[in-house]
Amino acid sequence: MTLMTALIAGLVLGGTYALAAMGLTLQYGIARIMNLAYGDMIITAAFAAFVLQGAAGINPILGLLIAVPGGFLLGYAVYTVILAPLVARAPNRGVLEVDSILTTFGLLFVVQGILLVLFGSNYTSYTFLNEPVNVLGATIAANRLIALILALGLGITLYLLLTRTRWGTALRAVAVSPQSAQLVGIDINRAAAFAFALGGGLAASAGVVISMYQTFTATGGVVFTMKALIVVIMGGVGNLVGALAAGLILGLVETLVSTYADPGLTLAATYAIFLAVLLWRPQGLFGRAVR
Amino acid sequence: MKTILGLAAAAIAFAGLAAAPLYLGTYGIGLMIGLIGYVTLASAWALFSGPTRFVSLATVAFFGIGAYTVSAFYESFPPLMVLGLAALIGLGVSLLVGLATLRLAGVYFVIFTFGLAELIRQLVTWYEVNITGTLGRYLFVSYGPEVVYWQLLVLCAVTFGIGYLIQRSRLGLALKMIGDDEVVAEHCGLPTARVKLALFALSSVIITLVGAIQAPRWTYIEPTIVFNPTISFLTLIMALLGGATRLWGPAVGAVPLFLLFEWLSANFPDHYSIILGLLFMAIVFVLPRGVLDFLEGLTARMKSERSRQAAGTAPEHGKGRLAEGEAK
Amino acid sequence: MAFLEISDLSKRFGGLTAVNHVSFELAQGEVVALLGPNGSGKTTVLNMISGLLPVSGGSITLQGKRLSGLPAHRIAHAGVARTFQLVRVLPSLTVSENILAAILFRAGHTSEQEARIEAADLLAAVGLEGRGGEKATDLTYIDQKRMELARALASRPKLLLLDEWLAGLNPSELRIGIDLIAKLNARGITILLVEHVMDAVRALCPRAVVMNAGSKLADGPTADVLRDPEVVRAYLGEPHAAVA
Repeated sequence: MTLMTALIAGLVLGGTYALAAMGLTLQYGIARIMNLAYGDMIITAAFAAFVLQGAAGINPILGLLIAVPGGFLLGYAVYTVILAPLVARAPNRGVLEVDSILTTFGLLFVVQGILLVLFGSNYTSYTFLNEPVNVLGATIAANRLIALILALGLGITLYLLLTRTRWGTALRAVAVSPQSAQLVGIDINRAAAFAFALGGGLAASAGVVISMYQTFTATGGVVFTMKALIVVIMGGVGNLVGALAAGLILGLVETLVSTYADPGLTLAATYAIFLAVLLWRPQGLFGRAVR
Repeated sequence: MKTILGLAAAAIAFAGLAAAPLYLGTYGIGLMIGLIGYVTLASAWALFSGPTRFVSLATVAFFGIGAYTVSAFYESFPPLMVLGLAALIGLGVSLLVGLATLRLAGVYFVIFTFGLAELIRQLVTWYEVNITGTLGRYLFVSYGPEVVYWQLLVLCAVTFGIGYLIQRSRLGLALKMIGDDEVVAEHCGLPTARVKLALFALSSVIITLVGAIQAPRWTYIEPTIVFNPTISFLTLIMALLGGATRLWGPAVGAVPLFLLFEWLSANFPDHYSIILGLLFMAIVFVLPRGVLDFLEGLTARMKSERSRQAAGTAPEHGKGRLAEGEAK
Repeated sequence: MAFLEISDLSKRFGGLTAVNHVSFELAQGEVVALLGPNGSGKTTVLNMISGLLPVSGGSITLQGKRLSGLPAHRIAHAGVARTFQLVRVLPSLTVSENILAAILFRAGHTSEQEARIEAADLLAAVGLEGRGGEKATDLTYIDQKRMELARALASRPKLLLLDEWLAGLNPSELRIGIDLIAKLNARGITILLVEHVMDAVRALCPRAVVMNAGSKLADGPTADVLRDPEVVRAYLGEPHAAVA
C-alpha cells in the first residue's frame, strides 16, 4: 500500500468514526446518557444493511433511507421506555450516570444476544461497488469513497442543522446548561429524547456506511463503542467539530499503524491515544461543548 | 457477642465448604469451583466498586491476565510462585489503569475499563500469533480439581476477611466518604486518589488470582475463552443484585444467579445472554441498591411503624463501631 | 511575610475569566470579608484557596508554604478548612461520623476514642449536643450548616473559609452565628468569609475585600469600602452594565 492509499483509507475509516462519534456525543452531551450499547446499535444497522442488500436487493445507499429512520425510532423508543424513568428518578447527575451505564450495559448483552441468535458469531460482509477508482494517483475501492462522502455529507448536514436552525440552537443550549435552557422555555426532556433518537439515527448511518467496506460480527459492538467514546473524549464532550477532527485523527493513526506496523495492534494504538489524552488533556483536545 | 457468633458461624460455614469435595462427585466439585469463583469475583469487585461507586467493567481483563499467566508459566515455576507472579502482573496493570483514570471523573474510569479486556485480549492474541506462533495453550497440572477448589476457598475466605476488616477500620469510613462526596472527603484531609488506587489494586489482584487459580480447569486456554466479557457482566449483576456495599451482599447475589446461569446455559445456550441482559436491566430498575438493602429498608420501615406507636425515642447509632452497616 | 498571601491569582474556564489577577493578604488572626455581586468570582477564589479548583495563574501561600498546586487534602493538612455555599453533608453517615471523618483524616494521628470525645465537644460547640446519632440528612438545613462548621473545625484549621455560612438564618439564629464566628476568631483562627448579610459583615469584619467581574475593586476598612462609589456602583449596577 502506498502512503497515499493509506492516507485515503485512513480518512475513510476516520470519517466513519467521526460519524459514529457524533451520535454518541449527542447522546452523552445532550441527553446525558452514557450509552454502552451504542456500538451494538451500529452493528445492528450493519446487519440491517446486509439483510436489505441480500434479501430485498436494496443497495445500502437506499438502505440508509430505511436504516436511519429506523435507528431514530429505536433510539427514541429506548430513551422513552428504558431511560426516561431513570432520568426522572435520579436525584443528581452522578446517579444517572451510574444507572445509565449499568442499564445500557445490560442492553448491550440483549442486543448482542439477539444478533447472535439471528446471524451467528461469524464475520459477515456483502459486496457492494467493489470496483477500483483512482483518486489522486491512489487506487481505492468505490465503496470506500462513497463511505467517505456519505460520512462527511451526513456529518456536515448535522452540523449545519445544529448551528443554523432554531431547534439545533435549543439542543445546544441544553448541552451547555440544562437549567438555563429550561428557563428560556426549552422542554429539556423532549430535547433529551430527541437528541438520543438523533444519536440512534447517526449510529444507524454509521453502521450502514461501515458495512459497505468492512466485515462485522455480532460481538463487534464493544470495539465500536470504545472507539466512538475515545473520539468523543478526544474531541471534547458535546463538541461536534471536535468529534469530526478526532475521528479523522483516529482513523488515520489506525490505518497507518495497521499498514506500517501490524493490523493486530490497532486497538492498542487507539488505547495509547486515549491514555495520552486522559493524562494530558482530559477535557479533550478541542475543549468542551458546542457554543 | 454478636461479632463472635458471626465469626464462629462464618468459620463453621467455611469448614463445611472445605469438606465438600469429600462427599461431592466430579460434577459437584466443578459446580462448587464455579460458584465459589463467582462469589469471590463479585465480592472482590464490590470491595472497590461498591463503596466508591466507580463501576469497573474490567473484571475479565484481570481474570484473563491471571489465567494466561498460569498457562504461560506453570511449567517453569512451582504453582504458588506462578500465582504470586500472576498477582504481581495484575497489580502492575491495575496501578497503571488506576493512575491514568482514578483522579478523573468516574465516567473516564468506566470507559477505560470497558474496553480494557478487549485491548488485552487483542494484545495477547497478537503476541501469541506473532511471537510464540500459536494461539491456544494446553495446561496440564499435576493436581486435581479439589486442590483448585481449596485454593479458591482460601482466597474467598481471605476476601471476606479483608472486607470485614475494612468495614471496621478507618479505611471503611474513608470509602464511604468517597462514595458520598469526594470533594468533601478531600477537604477533610483524605487523600482520595491514593485510597481509590489502593482499593482498586487490591480488588484487581484478587480477581487476577481467581483467574489464575481456575486456569487449570480449562486444560486448553485461548484468548476468547479467558477474556469472555460475560464474566465481567455476571460479576457485576451478582454484586448489584445482592448489594455491593455490604460484606455478604455479593455472595447473596452470586449463589442464585450462578445457578440460574448454569441452568440457562445448559437449557438455552443461545438465549442466555438476552435473558441475563433483561434480568440485569430489571435489577437496576427495581432493586438498584440490592436485595439486602431492600429487605433492610422493609424491616426498618416496619420497625419505625412499631416504635412510632410506642414512643418517640431517638435511634441509637455508632456505638463502639466506626461506621454503621457493619458486617451482617 | 503575610499569613495568607494571594498574589496575581487568576482562573479561566475555557474562554471565560472568572478571576483576573487578584492579589490580597491576610494577617494572622484577622477576620476579612470577601464581598462582591453574584458572579464576581468570590467563591472561585475560595475554591482555589481550598484546592477544589486548580489555579490558572498566580499563587497562594499560607505562612510561606505554597498551597497552589497541592491537592485539596494536602491543603487541608496545611491548616485550611471550609464550608460550602450549598451545604455538603456526607449523606450515608451520621452527624457524629461526619465530624469523625474530619478528625480521623486530619494531619497527625488521633485514636478513635479521643476522636469520639472531640466530635461530641465540637457538636456541643455549634449547638448540636446529643444529636450525633442522627442521620446527617435528617437534620434541618440550619443544623446541617452547623454540622458543616463543626466538621470544618474538626480539622483544626488555622485558616477558615466560610462561604455564605450565615445565609438563610433568621435574626436570632444570625446573632448566635455571629457570636460563634467571633468566638472562633478569638480562639486564634483566621477567617475569610464570603457573605451577603451586611449586618454580619459590619459586626464581624474590620476589613473587607471587594471583587467585581473577576477583579479586585477595593480593599480596606469595611465602613470605608462600603461607601466607595465604585463599590456602590458595582452592587447597584449601571444602566448599561452587563451582569457578570
